[in-house]
Amino acid sequence: MANTMYHRCSLLALLCVDSAIAAEMPLNMTRGVTEISQKVYDLHMTIFYICCVIGLVVFGAMFWSILHHRKAKGVQPAQFHESTKVELLWTAIPVVILVLMAIPATRTLIAMEDTSKSEVTVLVTGSQWKWHYKYLEYPVEYYSLLATPAKQIQNKLRKNENYLLEVDRPLVIPTGKKVRFLMTSDDVIHSWWVPAFAVKKDANPGFINEAWTQVDQPGTYRGQCAELCGKDHGFMPIVVVAKTPEDFDSWIRAEGERLAKLKAAEQELLSMQMSMTDAMAMGEKVYQGYCAACHQPTGTGLPGVFPALKGSKMATDPGQKSAHIQIVLNGKAGTAMQAFGKQLSLQEIAAVITYERNAWDNNTGDLVQAADIQAAKNGQKE
Amino acid sequence: MSTISTDTHQHAGQHDADHGHHHPPAGFKRWFYTTNHKDIGTLYLLFALTMFFIGGLMAMVIRAELFQPGLQLVQPDFFNQMTTVHGLIMVFGAVMPAFTGLANWLIPMMIGAPDMALPRMNNWSFWILPFAFAILLMSLFMEGGGPGFGWTFYAPLSTKYSGDSTALFVFSVHIMGISSIMGAINVIVTIFNLRAPGMTWMKMPLFVWTWLITAFLLIAVMPVLAGTVTMVLTDKYFGTSFFDAAGGGDPVLFQHIFWFFGHPEVYIMILPAFGIVSSIVPTFARKPLFGYASMVYATSSIALLSFLVWAHHMFTTGMPVFAELFFMYCTMLIAVPTGVKVFNWVATMWRGALTFEVPMMFAIAFIVLFTIGGFSGLMLAITPADFQYHDTYFVVAHFHYVLVTGAIFSIIAAAYYWLPKWTGHMYDETLGQWHFWCSLISVNLLFFPMHFVGLAGMPRRIPDYALQFADFNALISIGGFAFGLSQLLFLWVVVKCINGGKPATNQVWEGAEGLEWQLTSPPPYHSFTTPPDVK
Repeated sequence: MANTMYHRCSLLALLCVDSAIAAEMPLNMTRGVTEISQKVYDLHMTIFYICCVIGLVVFGAMFWSILHHRKAKGVQPAQFHESTKVELLWTAIPVVILVLMAIPATRTLIAMEDTSKSEVTVLVTGSQWKWHYKYLEYPVEYYSLLATPAKQIQNKLRKNENYLLEVDRPLVIPTGKKVRFLMTSDDVIHSWWVPAFAVKKDANPGFINEAWTQVDQPGTYRGQCAELCGKDHGFMPIVVVAKTPEDFDSWIRAEGERLAKLKAAEQELLSMQMSMTDAMAMGEKVYQGYCAACHQPTGTGLPGVFPALKGSKMATDPGQKSAHIQIVLNGKAGTAMQAFGKQLSLQEIAAVITYERNAWDNNTGDLVQAADIQAAKNGQKE
Repeated sequence: MSTISTDTHQHAGQHDADHGHHHPPAGFKRWFYTTNHKDIGTLYLLFALTMFFIGGLMAMVIRAELFQPGLQLVQPDFFNQMTTVHGLIMVFGAVMPAFTGLANWLIPMMIGAPDMALPRMNNWSFWILPFAFAILLMSLFMEGGGPGFGWTFYAPLSTKYSGDSTALFVFSVHIMGISSIMGAINVIVTIFNLRAPGMTWMKMPLFVWTWLITAFLLIAVMPVLAGTVTMVLTDKYFGTSFFDAAGGGDPVLFQHIFWFFGHPEVYIMILPAFGIVSSIVPTFARKPLFGYASMVYATSSIALLSFLVWAHHMFTTGMPVFAELFFMYCTMLIAVPTGVKVFNWVATMWRGALTFEVPMMFAIAFIVLFTIGGFSGLMLAITPADFQYHDTYFVVAHFHYVLVTGAIFSIIAAAYYWLPKWTGHMYDETLGQWHFWCSLISVNLLFFPMHFVGLAGMPRRIPDYALQFADFNALISIGGFAFGLSQLLFLWVVVKCINGGKPATNQVWEGAEGLEWQLTSPPPYHSFTTPPDVK
């Protein structure tokens, strides 16, 4: 903290910025790590230099005029006020520059929009406020959530190096292969942006957009949601880990097996009974991760936007227990309440409902088990 | 205020004794019932100034929160409400009413007319505005807070996922739209019908020309905005699905409609600025405006092109590549007429006899800084690069360069330029120069580093950010506070000038030309009761 304060003071005093600070603060667009991002960077620099040259000429003429054509110097003003020749010239020259600029831009754009011949496809689904990745060729799909602890955001803990740019489960892609992204959303519009790939594409609810990248260097690349998507728009980062094809294959195989095991374990768990203590502990963890952003850590909600759970009829009335399970499973149409049935395991849902019905003086004493959730799910299917 | 009223009173009496019965009532009734173009112009300008400070306070909240990483002062929900209402207030409450105020004051005086053509509608178009903004501001105190979906209110964030303040937001935007449309009708009717004999189209001052074109843009696009907000309202409350795929709609349709309004809206906020700068530069260069005709044609082509470029705000929404190319080329094309304007202003200064009073300082700053905003606009037009710039602070830097150092600087320049004419007193030149230099330095400290954080990858509309953006954000916030405080100097200059000061001559500025300078300072209550001769 003291260190940043020092930097800030040095900036304030407009002293020379030492190279150590300059290294920390990127000033320009990244070159990125793909052929496309390099081309985009080149376009950016070309148009930037063109602007600089035009600026130099125009502002140069202006400041020459300001210095030399001032009344204080006793000059008499000229009276000319048009010249067809000059006017045609400064209409024609910009047109030529723009045409020259449009050619490489067109070429790059067409390459960027060509998603054909991809080897791996990932369905990217945005929702308030997390990303979901589903590999179409593999039995692997999972949510990716912000990993920065709330205490760092509230300034109660020292901030990590990758503050706000870290997730629990990053997207993993193979290097050297064309990876196609299909973007969509479960609720509002989000935008999936990784600067190092020069990929930014909106995730529109009800529609699918396409983008692609081909990364050659293994590494970790970070980005953020780029379209205002509500309260926690600033808190849904993207992390992509590029692995060599061999590493990727072994990772995705292991991940597929892990997910299959989890599913199998879930079926076994149906017959198991969780104790109240275990359910409350697990429920609190799930609640803080998935529910607290809207309903608030203390269950009070935000009046007028997100309803309170503390003392609410839904979470305290014994007759509402099945309604409570239904709303967590399926969400509520027309509101920000999502369907968590596909995001959380049966056990997690059971635990979080138990937690909501007993925390913050709700004290119903209700203990919900995974089997109850399964029953509710089965009930829907019939 | 009282000084203005007695002075105009006196002069009106001297000029046309016959019109004695037009003397305005005193106090609140005078301002509430007034149909006089100057009174309404003053109301518009004071209203815009008030809104500028309210919207500015919201910007201060935003910058205070962003001073350091982490959440310190406000919660994300309220932060979003601040960015949303700041944008709405500055666009619809500050810039647009300020230009309408200038139009009210100046157009009749510039074309040799006694007043605006439709004075009662003029009164109404102003007096509904305070209600519109009262409704908008009140929504902030509702349970759940005010609108927090950005001034662009993209669906479905503004429909399914918004609070009930959306209804107030929609109603208030409707009122603002009605006010703008009436203002625009008034400008068009006035210019078409009340020009003094001999004032042919190509003799009209550029401020009048640019406002005429702006008025047509307003009439074309404000109904589109009204349609957009109505669809948002019915999607939210009446079960329609214009923007909901589940009901056969399309959320991207919202953006097409919004930006079909939104892009011409951008030019609505800059064309009158072109007119102002084209009035000020020749005066202080003591040399006629270079390329008058090409200025008129350039303004018209910018206005026409503005209907063909809306989707450059939407390159990342997933348009067909052909559409992306079309909108990229059209957008690049806008650089040509805009360039012509800048070249013309520089050519007007070239070999003039320049002096540097405050209006000229702001006009010169406008030309340089607006051009910088134009450059970043040109960069944004390059679609592949736009994928990296889009929705980052680079865009925030871009539109604040064109709107703050563009539109707002031109409005401030206009205020300094015409204040002596309006009040009959010279403003305090020393204070004015202080205001200029403080504003110039702080505004660049505020907006220039935004280019860097944007290029480095900081998205816009976020209440908290990664650590590598921290130093620049602290700097930007300091620039913001300094710019906000500098505007108090402007308030001081204006109040001081209204209350007194060195008497202004009719001509005011040595090089000033145009009908408004033939009137007394301050001008009579009914500008030209007999049409002047226009040579």
